[in-house]
Amino acid sequence: MSEEQIRNLEKQFEERIARDEKIEPKDWMPEKYRQTHIRQMSQHAHSEVVGMLPEGNWITRAPSLRRKVALLAKVQDEAGHGLYLYSATETLGISREEMYEQLHTGKAKYSSIFNYPTITWADIGAIGWLVDGAAIINQVPLCSTSFGPYARAMVRVCKEESFHQRQGYEIMIKLSSGTPEQKEMAQDALNRWWWPSLMMLGPTDAESVHTEQSMKWKLKRKSNDELRQQFIDQTVPQADLIGLTIPDPDLKWNEERGSYDFGEIDWDEFWQVVKGHGPMNKERMKARVGAWERGEWVRDAAMAHAEKKAERKEKEAV
Amino acid sequence: MTTTKNWPLWEVFVRSKNGLEHRHFGSLHAADADMALENARDVYTRRNEGVSIWVVESKNITASNPEHNGEMFEPAKDKVYRHPTFYELPDEVKYM
Repeated sequence: MSEEQIRNLEKQFEERIARDEKIEPKDWMPEKYRQTHIRQMSQHAHSEVVGMLPEGNWITRAPSLRRKVALLAKVQDEAGHGLYLYSATETLGISREEMYEQLHTGKAKYSSIFNYPTITWADIGAIGWLVDGAAIINQVPLCSTSFGPYARAMVRVCKEESFHQRQGYEIMIKLSSGTPEQKEMAQDALNRWWWPSLMMLGPTDAESVHTEQSMKWKLKRKSNDELRQQFIDQTVPQADLIGLTIPDPDLKWNEERGSYDFGEIDWDEFWQVVKGHGPMNKERMKARVGAWERGEWVRDAAMAHAEKKAERKEKEAV
Repeated sequence: MTTTKNWPLWEVFVRSKNGLEHRHFGSLHAADADMALENARDVYTRRNEGVSIWVVESKNITASNPEHNGEMFEPAKDKVYRHPTFYELPDEVKYM
């Protein structure tokens, strides 16, 4: 194809997206569109999968059967979300094995929030309430993104996600209305998860490199700072309601803006964790790679069994 | 790294309730058809989304190429006479 032909195709492509048409896997697409989607979608899938680890830590120690079945169901949902997203990404021509390889070698990133430890039961409450809350704010706009398989996967994910947030907040309600020690535990979890949750909405607009292109392709509908403000505005009253204090001395209602003003985010910490120096980066990858390697004989055995069965069937047919 | 074959890809179709058709829900990897059915149940119907599941190995699907959509679907485009609105009737005619 000549350069002019490609430019022409690109122009038609951008116009289709501007008209709100969906792009499907076999349609022509600019290489950059394909690569950007492979990167974002696979990292999204990796985040779901790694996201199971901090919560899985508490399944056997949940304080009641009610809490245990809920947490188990939530973690299963995350496995499911990872699978929807992996198979949606595969439609762009990358194999599942390549994606795993990228995750396991550290070439692909996953959400940094999962590099923090879950040291008390209240952390499970805080994760559902804050981490899933921030994730929902990030994900809802993706239900109408331009790439069909991604949009369809996100519709399913968002439908399932709201139970996650409610189960987390319910844990926080219970702890906050319990003994002083239980309330203290809830406050401690909020203290530790608040700032990392704000960081989940991404670098500030001034630092964000992909925003303009992502807006065009509808991978983004609002800027990181707008999403962060939305998260803060909706979460602060929820903390007030259960008598917990947001760990930000600069947090203040701004009558004029109709929004909360908030303190400075420690972006050095954010970049440190992104670069692999968070408290749990090594541990998470060790668990993930270990699970993959320990499962190898099972995968191989299942494949060998399937092939043997198919062979036997063929022989019987002769 | 494993030297054996990776699990093949399967497409999953789910009937949400009787009276509706099976609809494409997504895909997954499984060693064989039985495992594909079980995985499909766990991945795509955790909340009673289905009463029946079909799985088919993706390599068995033949798909049209969107680059040839012109010649593929053009023949239907200029046949407005296949639609009822093509035919002119006086306003007095009812129930037609």
